[in-house]
Amino acid sequence: MKILVGVKRVIDYNVKVRVKADNSDVDLSNTKMAINPFCEIAVEEAIRLKEAGIASEVIAVSVGTSACQEQLRTALALGADRAILVESDAAVEPLNVAKAFAKVMEQEQADLVILGKQSIDSDNNQVGQMLAALTKRPQGTFASKVDVEGQSVAVTREIDGGLRTVKLALPAIVTTDLRLNEPRFAKLPDIMKAKRKPLDTTSFADLGVKAKQHIQLDKVEAPAARQGGVKVASVDELIQKLKDEAKVI
Amino acid sequence: MATLLIAEHNGQELAPATLSALTAAQQLGSDITILVAGNDAQAAADHAAQCEGVSRVLLAQGDSLAHDLAENLSELIVSHASGFSHIMAPSSSVSKDTMPRVAALLDVGQLSDIIEVVNDSQFKRPIYAGNAIATVTSSDATKIITVRAAAFDKAAASGGSATVESIDAPADAGVSSWVSDELTKSERPELTAAERIVSGGRGVGSSENFALLEALADKLGAAVGASRAAVDSGFVPNDMQVGQTGKIVAPDLYMAFGISGAIQHLAGMKDSKVIVAVNKDEEAPIFQVADYGLVGDLFDVLPELTEKL
Repeated sequence: MKILVGVKRVIDYNVKVRVKADNSDVDLSNTKMAINPFCEIAVEEAIRLKEAGIASEVIAVSVGTSACQEQLRTALALGADRAILVESDAAVEPLNVAKAFAKVMEQEQADLVILGKQSIDSDNNQVGQMLAALTKRPQGTFASKVDVEGQSVAVTREIDGGLRTVKLALPAIVTTDLRLNEPRFAKLPDIMKAKRKPLDTTSFADLGVKAKQHIQLDKVEAPAARQGGVKVASVDELIQKLKDEAKVI
Repeated sequence: MATLLIAEHNGQELAPATLSALTAAQQLGSDITILVAGNDAQAAADHAAQCEGVSRVLLAQGDSLAHDLAENLSELIVSHASGFSHIMAPSSSVSKDTMPRVAALLDVGQLSDIIEVVNDSQFKRPIYAGNAIATVTSSDATKIITVRAAAFDKAAASGGSATVESIDAPADAGVSSWVSDELTKSERPELTAAERIVSGGRGVGSSENFALLEALADKLGAAVGASRAAVDSGFVPNDMQVGQTGKIVAPDLYMAFGISGAIQHLAGMKDSKVIVAVNKDEEAPIFQVADYGLVGDLFDVLPELTEKL
C-alpha cells in the first residue's frame, strides 16, 4: 500500500516566538525552521509501516514556498521514498491545503494518508478532517496507535476522558497525536542519500485547485502577560493567603 | 443572523463547556438553536431547552450517533446547516474531530478555539501555543467556530423555555465503526469542569507519588492534572495532561507541584484565577505566573498542606 505523509515547515519548537512591531504577524526572519513535530511523528509512523512490510511506498507532501524543500529533504533522509512540493507563495489556509492533498491522494491512489493533528504555528487542527470530508473517506484523528489489518485500519484515538478505538475502511486519513511514536533522527549517510531521492514540484494550478481566501489575518499581538505574585515562606502562610486574601478555599 | 450550537453532553445534561460556548453565541446577538445528538439524549435536550437565550433545541437520536463518529455527526450537522450564519461548538475532542469536516463539506473555513468575539465576523484566537493572539475575520457566509471554553463564563442553565424538536439521525456512513473505549475512571471532577485543580510535574517523581496529590485533591474537592513531562515520564495517563497539547483549563484555584512551567504548560492554565506554585527550584518559570509561590520540597509541603486544610 501507498502512504502519503504531510510535512509542514514551521518555526522550530525550541525557538521563542516574537510578534512583529507593526502587529502584522509573527516575526519569522532569521528564525530556525523545522518539520512540525506532529508531522515528524506522521513520517515516523509511515516509515515504520514500510519497515514492517505493510507499506510499499512512502511519499512526503508539503504545501508552501520553495523553502519547504528543506523539510521534504529531511523527510526523505528519515526514510520517505520520494517527495512532492505543492508550491505556493502565500500562507495557505487549511481548506486549500486539504484540497491540494485530495488531488495528490487521487493522483497517487494512496491507501493511507498520515498527517500531524495540528501545526504548532497556526494551531488549527483542521487539514486531516477536511481532507477526509473532501474525499468522503473515514478519519482517525489524534491517533496514539495505528494497526493496519488487511483492507482496514484500527486507530486508537486520544479523546477527552481516555482512549477510543475505531476501525476505518481504507483509504483512510489518520492524524497523529504526541504519543503515537518517538521519531528517529536522520543519520548522516541517509541525509546524503536523500539528496538524490526524487522531489517533484507542482502547483495549485497544475493540480486544478482554486485556492480561495476564507479567513483574513487582521492583527497579531503578544498575549497579556500575567503578573507574578508573592512568595510565601511556609505552608501556614500559604493557607492563610488562600483563605483571607484570595478567598478560594 | 442565527447560530447553531452543537452541544457537548453526557446524555443526561450539557457539559459545562457547552454553557461557555453558549455565552460566546449570545455575544453574537443572534437567534440560538442548540443541536443535541446522541443515541439516548432526551434529558440533555431538556436541559438545553432550559438554558438562557436558547430559542430552539434540535434532538437527533440514533445508533449512528452513539459514538460521536465524525463521519456521521458531520452529515447530521451539514443537513441542518441551511439558514445558520454561525455554527459553533465548544472545543473538545468531539468537536475538533467533527467541525473541520463540517467546514469542508460546506466549502468554508473554520475558526478554531476562539477566545473573544469582536463582532459577528471578527474573532480572536491563540496561535503559536498561546504565545501570540491573532485577530481574524471570516468572509464565509457560514462561519464554523470552535470556542475555547476557559475563555468564556458559563451561561445560565435556567430561565429558558425552548421547544425540543426531534430530527432524524443520519444513516451510518458505512466507512468507520466504533470498536472500544478505554476511559479513565475517577470519582474526582472532570479537569475542564473543575473549580480547583491540583497538578503535578516531573518533580513528583513517580506514579505512586501522585497519591500525595490525590490526597490533597480529595480534601479540596479538586481534579488532578499533570504536566506533559509527568505524562511523558509515564506517571499518569495522557488525558490528565494540562497544556497546549492537552487540556486547557481555567479553574478558580490551580496548584502546581513540581512543575517547572514550560510555555506549553502555561498555555493550558494561565487563565486560572489563582495560581499556586510549589517548587524546589526558586528560579522555576512557574513562579513568574504564580500568585503565591512557595520554594520548598513538595514531599514536605503536600502532606503538611493536606493535614492543615
